[in-house]
Amino acid sequence: MPPGEGVEVADAGAGVVAPPSARTGWGTIFLAILLVAALAFPWVFRLPYHRDLVIRVFLYAMLAQAWNILAGYCGQISLGHAVFFGTGAYTSAVLQTTWGWNPWLGLLAGVPVAVALSQVIGYPCFRLRGHYFAIATIAIGEIVQTLAINWEFIGGARGLTLPFQKDSLLAFQFHTSKYPYYYVALVLLVLCLLVSWWIERTRLGYYFRAIREDPEAAQSVGIPVARYKLIAMAISAAFVSAGGSFYAQYVLYLDPDSVLPLSLSILICLLAVVGGVGTLWGPLVGAALLIPLSEFTRIQFGGTGRAVDLLIYGGLLTTVAVFQPAGLVGLLRR
Amino acid sequence: MSIFTIPSSEVLIQGILSGILMGFVYALIAAGLSLIFGLMEIVNFAHGEFLMLSMYTTFWAYALFALDPLLSVPLSAGVLFLLGWLTYRGIIRRILGGPMLAQIFATFGLGIFLRAAAQFLWTPDFRQVSKAWVQGPVRILGVSVGLPQAVASVACLAAFGMLYWFITRTETGFALEATAQDRQAAALMGINTERMFALGWGIGAACVGVAGAFLANFFYVFPHVGSLFALIAYVTVALGGFGSIPGSLVAGVIIGVIEVLGGLLIAPAFKYVAVFVLYLVVVLVRPQGLFGKF
Amino acid sequence: MACLEVQGITKRFGGLVANHNISFAVRRGEILGLIGPNGAGKSTLFDVITGYYRPEAGEVRFDNHRLVGRRPDQVNRLGIGRTFQKLRPFNAMTVLENVMVAAMQHRADPLAARGEALRYLEFVELADKRDSFARDLSTGQRKRLELARAMATRPRLLLLDEVTGGVDQRTIPTLLQLIGRLREQGLTLVVIEHNMRVIMSISDRIVALHLGEVIADGPPSEVVKERRLIEAYLGDTFVVPSGGARASGDGLRGAGEGRA
Repeated sequence: MPPGEGVEVADAGAGVVAPPSARTGWGTIFLAILLVAALAFPWVFRLPYHRDLVIRVFLYAMLAQAWNILAGYCGQISLGHAVFFGTGAYTSAVLQTTWGWNPWLGLLAGVPVAVALSQVIGYPCFRLRGHYFAIATIAIGEIVQTLAINWEFIGGARGLTLPFQKDSLLAFQFHTSKYPYYYVALVLLVLCLLVSWWIERTRLGYYFRAIREDPEAAQSVGIPVARYKLIAMAISAAFVSAGGSFYAQYVLYLDPDSVLPLSLSILICLLAVVGGVGTLWGPLVGAALLIPLSEFTRIQFGGTGRAVDLLIYGGLLTTVAVFQPAGLVGLLRR
Repeated sequence: MSIFTIPSSEVLIQGILSGILMGFVYALIAAGLSLIFGLMEIVNFAHGEFLMLSMYTTFWAYALFALDPLLSVPLSAGVLFLLGWLTYRGIIRRILGGPMLAQIFATFGLGIFLRAAAQFLWTPDFRQVSKAWVQGPVRILGVSVGLPQAVASVACLAAFGMLYWFITRTETGFALEATAQDRQAAALMGINTERMFALGWGIGAACVGVAGAFLANFFYVFPHVGSLFALIAYVTVALGGFGSIPGSLVAGVIIGVIEVLGGLLIAPAFKYVAVFVLYLVVVLVRPQGLFGKF
Repeated sequence: MACLEVQGITKRFGGLVANHNISFAVRRGEILGLIGPNGAGKSTLFDVITGYYRPEAGEVRFDNHRLVGRRPDQVNRLGIGRTFQKLRPFNAMTVLENVMVAAMQHRADPLAARGEALRYLEFVELADKRDSFARDLSTGQRKRLELARAMATRPRLLLLDEVTGGVDQRTIPTLLQLIGRLREQGLTLVVIEHNMRVIMSISDRIVALHLGEVIADGPPSEVVKERRLIEAYLGDTFVVPSGGARASGDGLRGAGEGRA
């Protein structure tokens, strides 16, 4: 393929223009089947291992889609999204362990905290373009991780262990039957997809894409670019934070290395880019393929899997970026 | 109560000196990155992994053929030149003028791949050159610093000087500069811009080839070793101004010193925080960096 | 009555003075031609008026609003639309989406914006290209797309940068007809144009810039006699390429018909 054809990242967005009627029919049926399958899955595959794997697919798909709202639709490539994941995880965990808050309230409380943080980060950083913005977000991610490691109030490098409680919906703990975790993750993912779907169909989505294509031209047609970038950042951070809170409650342990590392930020982008950036289904496709792959290599090669999963991730990421910027979803559309 | 601790003046002077010494190493690493960016406005997000490979090249030359790291410099530079050249021919050439996402993630993916490959082939173990020619401390200006650090520093400064001389004083350097200024005009002048781009990647990678060989003298070699240096290199380049080679030198030294001062005055854990905060403050006040053009 | 007033605008880039104490007024409903050799500061002036650059001195008034210090999107919302010299369509969006985005300022609902966008596309005769990607259009088509996009924000004043630049000769008449029809609809236009025949025929008034300063301001018939202007241009654009002369002539007639 000639290099000129690389400009296709956004092609997938073209589907958006099609009037809603074009999407009904087979698409709806397929979606319905998918949803039923997702709902029924834990009752068919009863091994905890399978359930755990799919929970993580849902969680990472949701994170990648949330990143996609900012980076794919609006064109602001953040390489520091772990910051919002950590914010959600720590907010809910600290509220619970220090002041005895209910975990659900903790999840809800994490959202405004992460959104506020996203605005504090975004307001100055959105003046930076392209690479400069990406590098600034890496730097912020590193700063936040170091601060967390050295902040004793939130457990420092040792991290936080959440109290083990009796199973109940209210306590967000379901140790004997893990199904509720599964459904909570599914609901989060579906919610994130619905919001993305709604964005694609409203003025917000059109404005995001215009900003991604050319911020100056977007201004010339009256779009307050800075405000809309901040809106994209806020929506994105809100979902990532909720994902972080869920993670904390699911694993019951968190430390800066597990919820704030650069590698998590990278994984989030990677799933979206490989799956198809700027598309509704790309991040889910990416997560559905790559998260199980990582599990598989771990079983095959033992321990850390000798990094075979990363070997494949890295290779795929470069290949997709070079040859198929529309991602695997773009490949299917052909 | 102050979060600042006041070190003795002797410790402070020693710190600043070692910061400056490390700064020259940072400067050379950053110069490679900056050269590539100046040519085609692409950030090599695999730069840290290039450095890691040059350190492994040096380590294996030592472990397998008992080649001292000092002798490995040309080898490491050559291997990295080839790697840079191939990266351009195989990957970068295809994403020139492509969307920002492709430009960022093509090299990012390469970095992840190389790091994982190193871990796969050579395990995550920390390795070390144990009996190098240069070791132990040396006294400079009345303070004691590591001899390997001092040698790396001087050598990197020399290499930096050679790079600068090459770019500003040779025919090929002019051609590189012309290509960086205006690709089309350069092509009209009969410059093979395609070759210049590949050469730029070769030289940019060779810079870390040199730096990596000297670093292997006193730094552990492991698959993730490049990450930290890469982060510092991005910050150095952005601080000095993307595409500005002299900017890299000034920014490298500033960052080397800030890193040490951050560690001494605040706490060792915060030395990189100080560097990153400095970076954020500078780019937010002056987005083009200290020596940036636009 | 003045629609836009440029008052003593000075804009420097380092040591380079791109605009020096520029003042002129644009009357409601007229077409003002802005001319001058390359580097005269015309596009810079557009960027100052529309908020992309902040001038060191001077003020721009539009219907009693001060423009200096406002952001480009705010300037647009006051009623000033513009095109760019170096075309900047939203490349990976379709032609229709390009215009829809602009129309959404007044019609948030995509379906309503779509209807309105189609009208503007028909106006610039691009409706049949609505589902093409903007990057796949020819230069002339992209110029028309940018025009439609600027119009979709419902401006009262349009700033058009290089209407015919880079466009093949056969397309020029179409573009000039469009400009004539825009004026019929009551828009005020400021047009930057290098083709002297074109600009002299469509403009009611001409402002000429040279090295960042106004060197002539008046009706076309008088401005062409201005000695400083002839000096500024001597041996430059006034020598109309022989191949283009006839086609430009057609363009003039086209514009005349459009106005009648």
